[in-house]
Amino acid sequence: MLIRKAPDVRSSEITSERNYFNRRRFMRDAALAAGALLVRPSHSASIPVEREAPLAEIAKSKFSTSEEPNSFEDISTYNNYYEFGTGKADPARNSKEFQPRPWTIAVSGHAENTGTFDLEDFVKPHHLEERIYRMRCVEAWSMVIPWVGIPLADVIRRFRPTSNAKYVAFETLHDPDRMPGQKLRALSWPYREGLTMAEATHPLTILAVGLYGKALPNANGAPIRLVVPWKYGFKGIKGIVSLRFVETRPATSWETAAPNEYGFYANVNPDVDHPRWSQARERRIGAGIFAQKQPTLMFNGYGEQVAHLYEDLDLRRNF
Amino acid sequence: MNTLGRIRFVGKPVVFALCLIPASLVVTDAFELTGSLGANPVEAIQDRFGIWGLRFIMIALAVTPLRQVTSWNWLIRFRRMLGLFAFFYVLMHFLTWLVLDQGLLISAIIEDIVERPFITIGFAAFVLLIAMAATSTNGIRRRMGKRWQQLHYSIYAVGILGVWHFWWQVKLDTSEPAIYAAILATLLGYRLYRRLAGSRKRARQRRAVSGARGAPVGRRDAHPAPDYD
Repeated sequence: MLIRKAPDVRSSEITSERNYFNRRRFMRDAALAAGALLVRPSHSASIPVEREAPLAEIAKSKFSTSEEPNSFEDISTYNNYYEFGTGKADPARNSKEFQPRPWTIAVSGHAENTGTFDLEDFVKPHHLEERIYRMRCVEAWSMVIPWVGIPLADVIRRFRPTSNAKYVAFETLHDPDRMPGQKLRALSWPYREGLTMAEATHPLTILAVGLYGKALPNANGAPIRLVVPWKYGFKGIKGIVSLRFVETRPATSWETAAPNEYGFYANVNPDVDHPRWSQARERRIGAGIFAQKQPTLMFNGYGEQVAHLYEDLDLRRNF
Repeated sequence: MNTLGRIRFVGKPVVFALCLIPASLVVTDAFELTGSLGANPVEAIQDRFGIWGLRFIMIALAVTPLRQVTSWNWLIRFRRMLGLFAFFYVLMHFLTWLVLDQGLLISAIIEDIVERPFITIGFAAFVLLIAMAATSTNGIRRRMGKRWQQLHYSIYAVGILGVWHFWWQVKLDTSEPAIYAAILATLLGYRLYRRLAGSRKRARQRRAVSGARGAPVGRRDAHPAPDYD
């Protein structure tokens, strides 16, 4: 029997105990980091294409209210979205076949970076946030809605608007085959909305892509819509396909339809009545049949954050 | 059973039960038995009572033209019940607004009635309906004589005010009020046509028998119907 003797190992080749453990920890951490990059890219919002798909990595926000949100059922079945019919139940009923993906958004006007973007590329550089906001409709009802979205200010910054950009103008998709309500001239299509640059870049203003942690239902404006919580709900344009930086105040759909009733600013204001009904009180959806209407708050309760924008503006004339 | 008996003991109870169906559905929907009132139940209740009030006003206005076209004179015996159901549904619409929507806040209610034109118009229609409902019994009708019919002609104004109230209430989509406006125009237009045609016919007949003393020929549509049961 031949017994081989192992060659002698030089002492310099023996790894010290400390280095032994350090290297293994290094290898493990490196492997994890590489894995994380492959599996969950950080700081990169993504919206899966499946309807109402769950959204990942949603950060909480200090701008969220602590009020109890309305039920998903109420939020997604009681809507004003005339592109799918003028009844409150119509959008949920008539948008079942609407395919919100693939979706593109055209950015144009007074900005350095313009172009047409797929929704995926449009949202990828941003981080999804949950914003639980009050929503006050001009019809004097309100809800609390847990949106998921990205700050419009961050979006705008990417496109680098020039000093000529005084307003941001938005447009909804115009396609009567996909949006059957557009076959009727309830409003003139496409739906248009706009904000001043100060309003558009305000930290409260978001582009919402989700609701209750999942991608927006069709009835709520899938795949992407505007939310400006201190203004009446009709400012929250849905199904956005165009974002334009303009110099003069853009025409907005409800103002065009009835200029004595709906204005450009549309700030929630209990002291300025709609010509046909009072705005002093609102019905909170979900409070029940016997609940009283509750007092409407100036700027929908966001006055602390936005009142300074309107210090020099006569809000009665600029309603 | 003769015709009168059949109307009293079969026809009227059946029609009464049918007229109650819309109201019962509001209740059963409220308890989620037959459907749902949706996310804004107060609005749904108010709208449903309102639209049925308007529908019963139209139905009541349709009795006389229908009777003239079909010669089914027994229809007239149901007109009071239909008119009272119109009052019932409008009353429920008003009470829903007063109690559930406005929460019995008198100052807000008065402000709305005085300052919002579409509510003023609706309230005026409601007041006229109260007056007609209160004077709907046989006894009061006899005692009022000619004045009763004059008061009850205000159903035409109620129809106009009701459609107007609806039209001014909608936010933008006037397609539904437009339908009721068309129905009302037909029902009132038909009466107008009959009156003009009737008066021309009577004028012709008077000329034909000039000199003869006589009662006017042809009967006006508004000849008071026999006492109700």
